[in-house]
Amino acid sequence: MGNLLFPLAVFFAAIFTNNILLTNYLGMCSFLSVSKELETSAGLGIAVTFVMAVTTALNWLAYEYLLVPFNLEYLRFIVFIIVIAAFVQLIEMIIERYSEGLYFSLGIFLPLITVNCAILGASLFMVIREYSFMTSFFFGLGSGLGWLMAIMAMAGIRVRLKTAKIPYGLEGAGIALIIAGFMAMAFMGFNGMITIS
Amino acid sequence: MISSLIVSVLIITLISVVLALLMVIADATVGNYGIAKITINKDKVLEVEGGLPLLKTLNLEGIFIPSACGGRGSCGLCKVKVLQGGGNYLPTELPLLTEEERKQLIRISCQVKVKNDLEIEIPEELFSVKQFTTKVESIVDLTHDIKQVRLKLIDPPTIEMKAGQFIQFEVPEYELTDEPVYRAYSMASSPSETDCVELEIRLVPNGICTTYVHQHLKEGEEVTINGPYGEFFLRDTQRDLILIAGGSGMAPIKSILLDMAEKQNPRKARYFFGARSKRDLFLLDEMKELESKMVDFKFIPALSEPQKEDDWDGEVGLITEVVNRLVESAPNAEAYLCGSPGMIDACIKVLTDLGVPEEHIYYDKFA
Repeated sequence: MGNLLFPLAVFFAAIFTNNILLTNYLGMCSFLSVSKELETSAGLGIAVTFVMAVTTALNWLAYEYLLVPFNLEYLRFIVFIIVIAAFVQLIEMIIERYSEGLYFSLGIFLPLITVNCAILGASLFMVIREYSFMTSFFFGLGSGLGWLMAIMAMAGIRVRLKTAKIPYGLEGAGIALIIAGFMAMAFMGFNGMITIS
Repeated sequence: MISSLIVSVLIITLISVVLALLMVIADATVGNYGIAKITINKDKVLEVEGGLPLLKTLNLEGIFIPSACGGRGSCGLCKVKVLQGGGNYLPTELPLLTEEERKQLIRISCQVKVKNDLEIEIPEELFSVKQFTTKVESIVDLTHDIKQVRLKLIDPPTIEMKAGQFIQFEVPEYELTDEPVYRAYSMASSPSETDCVELEIRLVPNGICTTYVHQHLKEGEEVTINGPYGEFFLRDTQRDLILIAGGSGMAPIKSILLDMAEKQNPRKARYFFGARSKRDLFLLDEMKELESKMVDFKFIPALSEPQKEDDWDGEVGLITEVVNRLVESAPNAEAYLCGSPGMIDACIKVLTDLGVPEEHIYYDKFA
């Protein structure tokens, strides 16, 4: 059962110790621009989680069965991007057609995250760390959840910041980056809890 | 080496083809909304292909809804009442609509997609809006940054408009835009001149349409416009007129004045025109001519920053100060304003302080 335990460890590590946003600083642009309201950041976070979990799995299949057999590993960047873009586009069309509620809460964020570097980052980490299919899926899911948690924490703080007095010149992105730094340091407290390579 | 190259190309092609095929299939099934019926004003029924935004769909059917941004959901002009079938409000519409408008079921038509049968309401006057093919008759520099463009109508050959209304100018693809965009400009010509449209276009740095007109458009070229639109036209009352404009805000006011002169309209009219210095003033001779032709008209240009070499003996100051100084009390007046939002808001305040009832102040803000 050891091979079921490892994906779980990776899953939790991706959320806490190796949070893709706070330790790798990936997915920063949407993290900074969409974290002003709690509700919208939750929507974006869920969209990222969903897309990340599914695209890491899809990309794993594409990598393992199309690229590795032909020694074309170096093509992974372009292949991963194409797969992510096509998948996001398809999902958006399907959601728009069949579920208005889901489209309003999730669909409108989908075009935003096609170019989210955290999504591509997760697929690339999975290759570097040589994860299995199962582990990759859990890694994608965990990374997404970690991103969701980070952006919601950020949104919670920024909602309060609206009424706070911020030194001139630090308003907006400045203070947001400083807060992200503090959050990253706080997350270092989880270090050692789980170690994955 | 060569074989690995070929394999890599093949693999990428394979992946792209499979995904593209998927997209095509999805477009034909999931994205295919079939034929939808649009009922307009409970009377006209259109059968259209679903899937496109309402604004675009109506446009293809020859019904033009005014829009300044060309369907990007940023100007909020393309409002249409959707009585049935529009679904819920999209997050992209909400910032552009007031609660009052939402109660009236008004939607931003470039955001609402036609997915099923719709019942909508459009002001009757929009049916008179047409698309015109025109030819540039002349381009003349009015000032260092304003050009006068005259467009000769070709198809249809005449336009029926009210003095003060505007048209939309279609900018084709060029350096600054990779899709055609539409921008609104007031007509400066008189309604009696039905075969020609005159525009006054001020250069805005990096403005898509203004750059096109100032640096690319040549005499003899073809231009597509559609119109007329707008509620900014002379009301038929006996009230005295206060007209205020700045820069290319001259255009609709000039049209109103030409119309009044031709009809020998006896109403008292005072026209305040604000400019920075003498090089921003234009059409002074035309205004002088109108003063002699019209029953009771005075043109009052005012400079806010007259230069030494201007040798200016006219009014000096911001246009609001000049209006405040020269108009004593005007409860009997009706005002028409055209210019930047800042200028208009300031003028409305001055005019209401002078006693002009707010419901008699009409304006055309440059967005």
